[in-house]
Amino acid sequence: MTRVLKDFFTPKILLEILGIILLAVFFFPFIMVIFNSAKNASEIIATPLSLPKDWKNLYYNIVELLSRRNIDYYRSFINSFVITSVSLVAIGIFSGMSAWMLVRTKTRYSFWIFMFFLAGMVIPFQVVMLPLVRLLETLRSLTGIQFKDTYHGVILAYIGFGTPLSIFLFHGFIKSIPIDIEEAAIIDGCSKPQVFFLIVLPILKPIFVTLLVLNGMWIWNDYLLPVLVIGLGGDVKTLPLSVANLAGFYDKEYALILTSVLMAALPVLILFLFAQKYIIKGMTSGAIK
Amino acid sequence: MSRVIRMGKYLLLAFISFIMFFVLPFYSIFIWIAKLMNKEIVYDVNKKRNFISKFMVSQWLGTSGAAQHNRVFVYFLIPSFSAFFMFVIFPFMHGLFLSLTNWTGLNTGNEIFIGFKNYITIFSDVRFAYSLYRTILYSVLNIFAINIVAFFLAMLVTQNLKLKNIYRAGFFMPNLIGGLVLGYIWQFIFNRALVNVSEIFNPSVLTSGNTALFGLIIVVTWQYAGYIMMIYVAALQNIPQDLIEASKIDGANAVQRLKAITLPLVAQAFTVSMFLTLVTSFKQFDTVMSLTQGGPGALMPNWIGSLYGLSEMPVVQSTNLIAINIYQEAFSKYQMGVGQAKAIVFFIFLLVISLLQVYYNKRKEVEL
Repeated sequence: MTRVLKDFFTPKILLEILGIILLAVFFFPFIMVIFNSAKNASEIIATPLSLPKDWKNLYYNIVELLSRRNIDYYRSFINSFVITSVSLVAIGIFSGMSAWMLVRTKTRYSFWIFMFFLAGMVIPFQVVMLPLVRLLETLRSLTGIQFKDTYHGVILAYIGFGTPLSIFLFHGFIKSIPIDIEEAAIIDGCSKPQVFFLIVLPILKPIFVTLLVLNGMWIWNDYLLPVLVIGLGGDVKTLPLSVANLAGFYDKEYALILTSVLMAALPVLILFLFAQKYIIKGMTSGAIK
Repeated sequence: MSRVIRMGKYLLLAFISFIMFFVLPFYSIFIWIAKLMNKEIVYDVNKKRNFISKFMVSQWLGTSGAAQHNRVFVYFLIPSFSAFFMFVIFPFMHGLFLSLTNWTGLNTGNEIFIGFKNYITIFSDVRFAYSLYRTILYSVLNIFAINIVAFFLAMLVTQNLKLKNIYRAGFFMPNLIGGLVLGYIWQFIFNRALVNVSEIFNPSVLTSGNTALFGLIIVVTWQYAGYIMMIYVAALQNIPQDLIEASKIDGANAVQRLKAITLPLVAQAFTVSMFLTLVTSFKQFDTVMSLTQGGPGALMPNWIGSLYGLSEMPVVQSTNLIAINIYQEAFSKYQMGVGQAKAIVFFIFLLVISLLQVYYNKRKEVEL
């Protein structure tokens, strides 16, 4: 008997078991969220740990959540999607353009402009946030265009804050591309913008994906910038703001809060299941550089 | 003398280039409108007499190769540069000035310059000192917790196990969810779920000022360990196998191998991960905001109070980290000037600490 046990519990199997236990610990919060978003309020208080009695409650909770007018969950999902996708594309293309220009013109100016962008990376958002709010208000009184609580205001702010890291990563990547292709294209009669958009941009695809992941995770989950620029009661509020609103309005009403949490996390988690390789690679390789 | 004139000329032209950087887009719109009205604007370098207009035409406005290149250069840089300048650099500079005024958030433009009074206020504020102390304590504990857990997980998932890909993805998953949402999840777990599991967790860690910080550390470790793990995994996989085999032949056991080979070779990953965890711990905002809102009250420790000569210790917010402190100073008390001064102190502090950390860690790295 002991020999059988000894053969079974090889070090490898023990490690495997350890891994499964750790995985269970890591998944415990997720499981709790899924279980409890399918319960009603009294069931959560009585048995927060057990399986829900009736999974239909999940559906009722979602319907309830979507019907609360002051949360406007559905709209905030669309807002988040619009803000994230537009900022991502804008950051990618604009900083790609700038980085390519900075690499390909070797003058003193381009070096100093690049250094200027790098300096922006060390500035934490907390230092800039109060003057930023003031700037947006001043811009409104100067130009008459509303910048707070609008799509363009938030997106412009994200472009500003996303640019330094993106230019840095693009800069490193473009340096490794041989210049011969571009020279050939110029001889064939391409203008500079054509060279960039037709030749260079397709080559940048791998680093573009990295940046999509890195910036996308940041913008989708960000709370501090939206709460300042949009505000908790704003018209274009994003998902984190809606979740914060909900938790503020219905304090300790965990059935609704957990349902909203589940729905806020679900898009990203589903995306992760399909693009796991790219997301892990993008987030880690971006950080190391 | 001629050297001074040449220098002056050079500086003047550099200044003009700088101005052109911002003016050129408007100028091109003007040219474009002129073209629509069938009016060609042509410049000839040879007709220009003084050096400034010669420079303008040859470098910026004319049809020469250099001018065309310069124009394209500006167009390619202007979108990202203007957004960056307007929303990062300008507010940063403006913030330096505003921290020296009695700004209250009304934005009337009538702030009065009061010198370093705000800085004196925050350094004589015992609550700010407490907040700084809590942030440092939190960061140190957090850095250790995250890096130890992450390194352990990385060792586990590089053992060539059957389910290693599932482990990696699973440990990484909490990192995908935003800090704010995580805070609500864990608030539920601490306050409702774990309380029912055992007496150890009852009352919940979040209700006491002494333990709330540890609750926060658990949450952030859970969130961040998977991410840092991937950095260690990349480093561990780069260790050449022949080194490990050679050490096995020489008779080194697992502990010796870890100490002599693995740890020195992943030192570079340690630098990166320590830096990342340091910066994120200091900037921690949204998780705290949703988990504890600055936290349950606690009595201020005696040693901080005695530094400021207080006889009675005030009640302070136990998870009032520095990022939260700045936010509350600005948006609950409307002391924007003081809040901005705090933010700048925070920035300088973070800069110095992270530079020191990178410097000391770099010295311990080995080149392969």
